[in-house]
Amino acid sequence: MASKPRVKVPKSASAGDIISIKSLVSHTMESGQRKDKEGNVIPRMIINKFECQFNGATVFSCDIDAAVAANPFLEFKARVNESGTFKFMWTDDDGTVIEAEKKIEVS
Amino acid sequence: MNKRLHNVGLLTAVAIGFTALFVHAEPVDEKLVIDGELEMTTRAASPEGHPLPEVMSGWHYRTPETRAMEADSFQNPGMLGIEQGEAIWNTVEGSEGKSCASCHDDAAVSMKGVGAAYPKWDADSGKPINIEGRIDKCRVENMGAEAYKFDKGGQKPLTAYIKHQSFGMPVSVDLSQGEMQSWWDKGKETYYLRTGQLNLSCASCHEQNNGKYIRADHLSQGNVNGFPTYRLKQNNLISLHNRFRGCIRDTRAEFPGAFSDTLMGLEVYTTWRGTGLSVETPAVRQ
Repeated sequence: MASKPRVKVPKSASAGDIISIKSLVSHTMESGQRKDKEGNVIPRMIINKFECQFNGATVFSCDIDAAVAANPFLEFKARVNESGTFKFMWTDDDGTVIEAEKKIEVS
Repeated sequence: MNKRLHNVGLLTAVAIGFTALFVHAEPVDEKLVIDGELEMTTRAASPEGHPLPEVMSGWHYRTPETRAMEADSFQNPGMLGIEQGEAIWNTVEGSEGKSCASCHDDAAVSMKGVGAAYPKWDADSGKPINIEGRIDKCRVENMGAEAYKFDKGGQKPLTAYIKHQSFGMPVSVDLSQGEMQSWWDKGKETYYLRTGQLNLSCASCHEQNNGKYIRADHLSQGNVNGFPTYRLKQNNLISLHNRFRGCIRDTRAEFPGAFSDTLMGLEVYTTWRGTGLSVETPAVRQ
């Protein structure tokens, strides 16, 4: 949770190209199934939703559940027709949203 | 009756087939190329006196998914640790108001090749010193900061960050420094010493049976060129001495303390066993 999320988007593309987008966020993804040394349940603390927007419109989103490993990596494809900004949002159980942005030039 | 016998026979054949598959799974014959650019040396000719004909990185023994994860520096979760390490490198700590960068400046220049050549001889203590030890020495003597507790604070990410500056460079320890040779001897003794209720030495698995399965685990040669390494099992960077202790614990023996003389000798010896392999820190393992 300390480090910034990592996202990889090509710097430029041609209109109509299908590009590959990769994202990796540092998160413990505590499942809520484990117990500490005293036997108390460690509360669940996971990223429960991921969303990627392009110029304000959602291009990819998914719900994430407790079985996903720490530091979730997501890779997906999107078609780009114009220059703009990809915005990435990871929603934590405690309500905080981790955000990142990447610009792409489309010619 | 005949049919039943036939079925039993078939089942046995299937069972034997499976056993054969698992027992004789060899390491894969592929090349590790990071991001399609940097080709790593994952197989090397053994140094003189090495018992195996060829030195091979643990990467060859992992599943296709794990191998792919290491080959993509973006997907490699160990890189998150490297980024953390970089932040620590530039953070001022201790009474002298210094960070690592205050003296060593750009790690990409000053630390290049360092990780490939450690452990080195430390004349002050009369013992070999590893990266973790060198960091602590610097923190105490030059920064006026406290030494890290084992695996705590910034020890793992900072060690990984420094070792990562030698990414792709061949491992090469200089045994001619000080009394390194005698520590190599001690390490070798530890390596071949059978220990614990299971009566295993390091060599029982990593020398005599590498490439085979021990239950669900595909045994590698146990080379240390990728440490600190990202282990998927623990979702975290794992230090070499943690792994040593875990491995010895699994033989059901009492395990020596981190950075103890026994394990420092073992670090000198096992590092030498991987001579010529590229530094893979942070490697990705099962």
